[in-house]
Order: sequence, then structure tokens, then C-alpha cells
Amino acid sequence: MRIKLENLKKYYDSIHAVDDISLDIPENTIFGIIGKSGAGKSSLVRLMSLLEAPDSGAVWYGERRVDNLPKDELIACRRKIGMIFQNFNLFSSRNAGKNVAYPLEICGMPKAQIKERVTEMLKLVGLEDRENAPISTLSGGQKQRVAIARALATQPDILYCDEATSALDPNTTQSILALIREIQKKMNLTVVMITHQMEVVRDACEYVAVVEDGKVVEQGKVKDIFANPKTKTTRDFIKNVLNDKEMVKWSDQTGKFHLHFTGKTPEKPLLSTIAKKFNVEFNIFAAGISHLPDEDVGYMNADIMGSDEEVSKVIAWLEENSVHVRKEQE
Amino acid sequence: MEQILILVGVSTLQTLLMVFFSTLFAILIGFPLGVLLNTTNQYGITPRPVFNSILSRIIDVLRSFPFVILMIVLLPFTRLMLGTAIGTTATIIPLSIAAAPFVARITETALNEVDPGIVQAARAMGSTNWQIIYKVLVPEAMPSVVSGITLTIINLISYSAMAGTLGGGGLGDLAIRYGYQRFRTGVMTAAVIVIIIMVAAIQFAGTRLTNKMLSKR
Repeated sequence: MRIKLENLKKYYDSIHAVDDISLDIPENTIFGIIGKSGAGKSSLVRLMSLLEAPDSGAVWYGERRVDNLPKDELIACRRKIGMIFQNFNLFSSRNAGKNVAYPLEICGMPKAQIKERVTEMLKLVGLEDRENAPISTLSGGQKQRVAIARALATQPDILYCDEATSALDPNTTQSILALIREIQKKMNLTVVMITHQMEVVRDACEYVAVVEDGKVVEQGKVKDIFANPKTKTTRDFIKNVLNDKEMVKWSDQTGKFHLHFTGKTPEKPLLSTIAKKFNVEFNIFAAGISHLPDEDVGYMNADIMGSDEEVSKVIAWLEENSVHVRKEQE
Repeated sequence: MEQILILVGVSTLQTLLMVFFSTLFAILIGFPLGVLLNTTNQYGITPRPVFNSILSRIIDVLRSFPFVILMIVLLPFTRLMLGTAIGTTATIIPLSIAAAPFVARITETALNEVDPGIVQAARAMGSTNWQIIYKVLVPEAMPSVVSGITLTIINLISYSAMAGTLGGGGLGDLAIRYGYQRFRTGVMTAAVIVIIIMVAAIQFAGTRLTNKMLSKR
């Protein structure tokens, strides 16, 4: 289901937690919302998931405005969305299967049908043999799987993931992200992922919005944002992912230019073409590739040496070949 | 000896009767009040600050009454309810009213300790407030509630000894009237031993039940 946010605002004691945010989230996709802690992303997800009402602005699910519903319609609407959390928030008084059964019980599904659906959901998340397991006997990854099964038991159109992988180790994070991607396709879900980890956006999301101080500072397709980040916040996030392991450095020095190769450009012999075509030389300091789900983005940090005129011709030529060039600010 | 056994046996039954019914009524009154205290507080599922602080004050006042005085204050009320203010049945009213605020606070504390994230999850799934209370808050808090009620029962055993002095009978009454006032040390000792066994048995059962619930989590 398509989610539309219009000029959402929410204040807490004069703090602008959400300061005029508008977003258009297409249906059947995974949409990331990334921000540092305190950026307002948790407040934003509470508004989107109808846990709180905005001070002004509107939330639309498809053609329906949902931020101002009367109580019983609000409860009915919440039953059509799923949500998972950083701390899993499973009921410790219920075993894995009974946790999955909860959302079905509250909307009055007959017992036999609940039993069937619980089995089906646990199978979907790969925990069919743990139906009677107490929650405390499950690992973090298994807990999040149960939470996913519970969130999707009512077959909702929307799944909100509030820092869903932040408490998990890297390998478990990857397996949970893979599961979410798989289920998203299977159930045609609109998934909204709130996170502070750029890896999550890179590995799972098609679109991303970067939130800072309660505002959206940048948004678009993940591959475009990775290829050509416009704000410092976004660049910092991307830098954090790259520093992990994907950037190979030849020296501690950094060059004047950052080159971002997108689409099919990593496969073209651009640099050697330039060396033949123009009277410049390259000195490469670092380079790397980020693997996005359906496209790779290459990075290079380099000096381009030559006359100012030749250098600007090279930059223009690179931009024509869809390589984004950004000059280091001194 | 036989006489002691009969005395102690009858008194034990009286104590059990008083404690059982006063526990029952204390839970019937106190438990819903505890749930109300939790759900209407600032962080509860339906915050009602004014109502909450009024209820809270009333409960505090009731709790701060020394039991002996509460018993006397309630004499007219007991007479109104039962037609008499003395006897085993009559002591159940002051005992229940003394223990109810205690149960209310115990329930409130147990519910306050439920992880707010769990409540948020239940709300996000579209639970009504009523469903959150009986399907989430209460089951999550149950082990703490049970261990709190164990404490209440033990308190009621000692209160019932005091209530005995107002003609309620029971082991406390027996110990004082026969044991202390008539210098029959044997009767007093027997009464005290039965009380000790009773307390130990209830504590054992309560702890076991709590642990059993926790071990399933």
C-alpha cells in the first residue's frame, strides 16, 4: 500500500521531533529512513504507524487519510499494519506460537484457523519446529523471526521495522534482512525500515530518506544516493559503510576529487580513455565498490593533475559518462 | 491434651476461614484497583492524572491506618453489613479492607514493571485497552502478582491474630486468651507452632507457583 506523509509535525515540549516531513512511499517496495539517534526517526515511525497523532499534517494509506481516525477505526486500521522492533517486544508469558497467535486472537479469528495460520507463519520464517518454545530459549535472530511472523500473521499491507536489526550481530542482521526481502516479494508488502545503519539501507532498501533534526534532508533511490550523495550527513553515513572493508587505501593522504561510478560505468575503461584523450595524469589514493541489491556503485579518491582547463574538461567528460565528481572542500 | 487439640483445631479452622475469605475479598477489591492505578498513571495506557492521584491518596490513607484502629473504625460498617460486629465472619470485613490497598499497590507495582515496549507492540497490533490489560499486562505481571499475594496472605495471618481479640476467634485469640491470660503455656506454644507451619506452607506454595510460572518463560 502506498504511504503518503504530508507536512507532518510533532513537538515534544517545544522540541521539533518531526519538523515538516513530507514523503511519498510507493507500494510494494522497501523504503529506508536513516538518521542518527535523536534525528526524529522514531517519532516519525510512531506517527506513520498510528501510535501517535501528529500535531499537524496528514498520513495517507492509499486513498485513505488515517491520522485522524476515531478510536474504533484506528484500532481496525492498526490491525492491518505489522511492526517489528529493536528489542523484539515479544510476550514472555506466551511461547513462540502463542506470540504469533496474539494478533489473530484479538481480532476474533476462530481457534482452528489461528492454529493453521500460526504453523504457516512459523514455517515462513523458518521456525516451524519451535512453536512451543518459551521466548527466553530463543536466540536474538530467532526472536526477531518470531516477531516478524507475529507482525505478518494478519497478512497486513505494511510492515514497519523500527531499528529491527540494531540489536543483532552482523551475520544475523544479514539473515534477517534477507528474510525481510524475501517476504516483501512474496507478500507484496510495503516495508518501511527505520535505521541508523547504512549497511541496512544498502543491503535491503530500494529507496531511502535521510532524516536530520526532524527534517528529510535527502531522498531518492538508494543507488542514486550512494552514487551521488548531496549532503554531508548522507556522505558521512556512506563513508561509515565504506570504511568497513570495501574501500582499499593506498595511502593516508587523500586526493582532491571523489569519483562515484554508477550503473554500468564500473565496467568501462574510463581512466585509460581519459589518459589517451586528455593531457592529464591520475594519482589514485583509494578505491572500492559497494554492492547494492541490484547494482554496484564504485568509488575512487584521486588527484587529477594537469592544467585547470584540461582538468575541468575531464570532469565534464566524466559527468557525461555518468560518473559523479565531487571536489574535496578545503 | 485432648482439650488442647480440640481448642487448637477449632481455632485453626477459624483462622483458615478468616484468612481465606479476607484474601479472596482483598483480591476482588484490590486487584482491579491496582490495575486502575497502573493504567491511569502518566505512563499507563489511558492516563488520567487527576483520578489517579485521588485514588492513590485514598489507598495511602487506608494503608497507613494501624490495623487495630481500622478494625474499631469499621465496627459500625461491619454491623451494617452483617448485623453483628463480632465473631469470625465479622472480622473478615476489616481484614479484607485492610489488605485490599496492599493488594492494589502490589498489583500496580507488578504491572508497572511490564516492559513498555511490549505494551507498545500490543497497541501497534490494534489491541483494545481491555485486551492489553487481560491478554498482555496481567499475564506478563502474573509471577510478581502471585508472589505479592503470598505476602498478603502471610500478613493476613498475623492481622487475623489481632482480629481475634475482637471476638473473631482463631489461633491468635486462642494464644492470648488461653496461653497468655490463663497462663496455659502449652496452648500458646501449640497455637504459635500452627501459625509458623501455616506461614511456612503458604510461603512454600507461593514461591513454588511463582517459580513454576517463571520457568515456562
